Amino acid sequence: MKLSLGRRGVIVVALGVGASLVLASLAAGSASVRNPTYNLKKLSGTITADGSSTVGPYTTATAELFRRAGASKVKVTVGISGTGGGFQRFCKGETDIQDASRPMRLSEAQLCKDNRVGSWRAWTVANDALTVVVNSQNTWARCLSVAELKKIWEPGSTVNNWKDVRPGFPDVPLKLFGPGTDSGTFDYFTEAINGRSRASRTDFQASEDDNVLVQGVLGERGGMAYFGYSYYEENKSRLTAIQVRNPKTNQCVTPGIKSVHNETYRPLSRPLFIYVKGTSFKKRHVQAFIDFMFDNEVRIAKRADFIPLTKKQLKRARTSFHLQLAQAKRT
Amino acid sequence: MTSLAHAQPPRRDRVWKNRVFMVAMLFSMFVAFGTLVVLLVDTILTGWPALDWKLFSEPPSTVPAEAGARPAILATLYLGFLVLLLSVPIGVLTAIYLEEYANRSRWWNRMIEVNIQNLAAVPSIVYGILGLAFIVRGIGIGRVVFAGALILTLVVLPTVVVASREAIRSVPDSIRQGAFALGATRWQVVWRQVLPAAIPGIATGSILALSRAVGETAPLIMVGAITYVAFNPELFGPYTALPVQIFNWTKQPNLEFQTLAAAAAIVLLVIVLSMNAVAIFLRNRYRKKW
Repeated sequence: MKLSLGRRGVIVVALGVGASLVLASLAAGSASVRNPTYNLKKLSGTITADGSSTVGPYTTATAELFRRAGASKVKVTVGISGTGGGFQRFCKGETDIQDASRPMRLSEAQLCKDNRVGSWRAWTVANDALTVVVNSQNTWARCLSVAELKKIWEPGSTVNNWKDVRPGFPDVPLKLFGPGTDSGTFDYFTEAINGRSRASRTDFQASEDDNVLVQGVLGERGGMAYFGYSYYEENKSRLTAIQVRNPKTNQCVTPGIKSVHNETYRPLSRPLFIYVKGTSFKKRHVQAFIDFMFDNEVRIAKRADFIPLTKKQLKRARTSFHLQLAQAKRT
Repeated sequence: MTSLAHAQPPRRDRVWKNRVFMVAMLFSMFVAFGTLVVLLVDTILTGWPALDWKLFSEPPSTVPAEAGARPAILATLYLGFLVLLLSVPIGVLTAIYLEEYANRSRWWNRMIEVNIQNLAAVPSIVYGILGLAFIVRGIGIGRVVFAGALILTLVVLPTVVVASREAIRSVPDSIRQGAFALGATRWQVVWRQVLPAAIPGIATGSILALSRAVGETAPLIMVGAITYVAFNPELFGPYTALPVQIFNWTKQPNLEFQTLAAAAAIVLLVIVLSMNAVAIFLRNRYRKKW
């Protein structure tokens, strides 16, 4: 059961997204999808968002710009309980928007169902590149393959020295730092590298606070950690990002906006999501908020240091949004 | 003279022991005091550049140059005020009952006493969980300022009770007996004699308890002092508190947020220290000697 949680989670989202894609392609033909306009000054209400600390800044930046654009009577709050903790609240019906750095799990969908939260919508709002970093004194490891990363991070791994990672690497102890098990980043990395969500060696120093991981790697010549791209971006001058060998093309790829956008940074690039509760989505100020989010996607991403959606992703998300909107208005 | 001949100079090992003890004491004091000084100096040096009007006037932001802590500062003051309003009457009345009315030979009174002592030692996060289950979700008032104030009241109530009891107990019995001798009822004794005499002690204890409440983070995170709140707190509205704001800023990747966190920490320190100063002032100003 636990083994396939991650994959099933993907299915839950895929179903929602897939259904809307079918509708999207239908609607694209009719070209009737019109951009609705909202008088932001007249809107009022509250929007409660919670969830991933990775996605949180994105929602926060949206809220700030939304307020400045005139929607000062819409009170938006953003919490950062983590993707898992946020879903627990979302599925009690306590929040309107859930920030998620991984898709909803089947067990969480069940929880929503048990609590009669009703339907929900999901959209991809930004991208992230999970970045593997090492100490700046590390001159040997420039590029690692997925197999090598797996060798280091897989459950039961006993690799504790760089010389065991690849023949030719020096004799330097390997010190590992990673996010805690409540984090969506942990779920995603373990799934992408070890092949199974949440399957990881456990003898690394874990912290939910990414700054602790940064400090850890700064202090250890043989240190290694992984976290979201924005933390690397902010600490670029002090840490070195490892290139990851794309399993298909066999090329070494540096994490960054470009390599995420041309889809070469695989398998560690990931989409970031927001989930919106169905009953909340019926409210005009919530619709206006999401609409504003997609209208200003690039600006928000830049403000909060995110990798924006590609044009294709954005178009897809907007089409889905407008379809859902039309649907919400009908019912 | 003969007796002086017996008086030897201190033995070598005694001198040595004396010095060791002296060094140990100085070292202990240095650890306690030095840590505090280092912490204060470090915080002030780090936070000084960000300590400007913007910190008080602006809401938080994803861009450090635009970020302030207005909603958090206001909510912390608001919470402090509410906690004082709730905890002092309940705490003082409990203390009066236990000291003046309760019959200690009854088992339930002894049980109450022991439990209040124990409650004072319960970690605050436990109150947070309790509050989440019974106040936020149980009563269903949600993650609002009032819920936060109720939980913080629970956190500090045992301290207020214990401090008030100490203050009431230190009023000499002769005063009570004198009042009784003049025909006062128990209520008159308490209200006109014991309580006025005990007020400095009660005030000191309450303010010290309050400054603890203001610095609490853990229970507030449990009951939803949310990270990003751009508007001023209302009694039944969402909020964030200063310690929570500081905690969240320290977790940001952008290093400028660390500066902001330090500046907000200075604001919190000033709030707490001025409360303590008021407590010390009250104690010195109104202390009575019998």
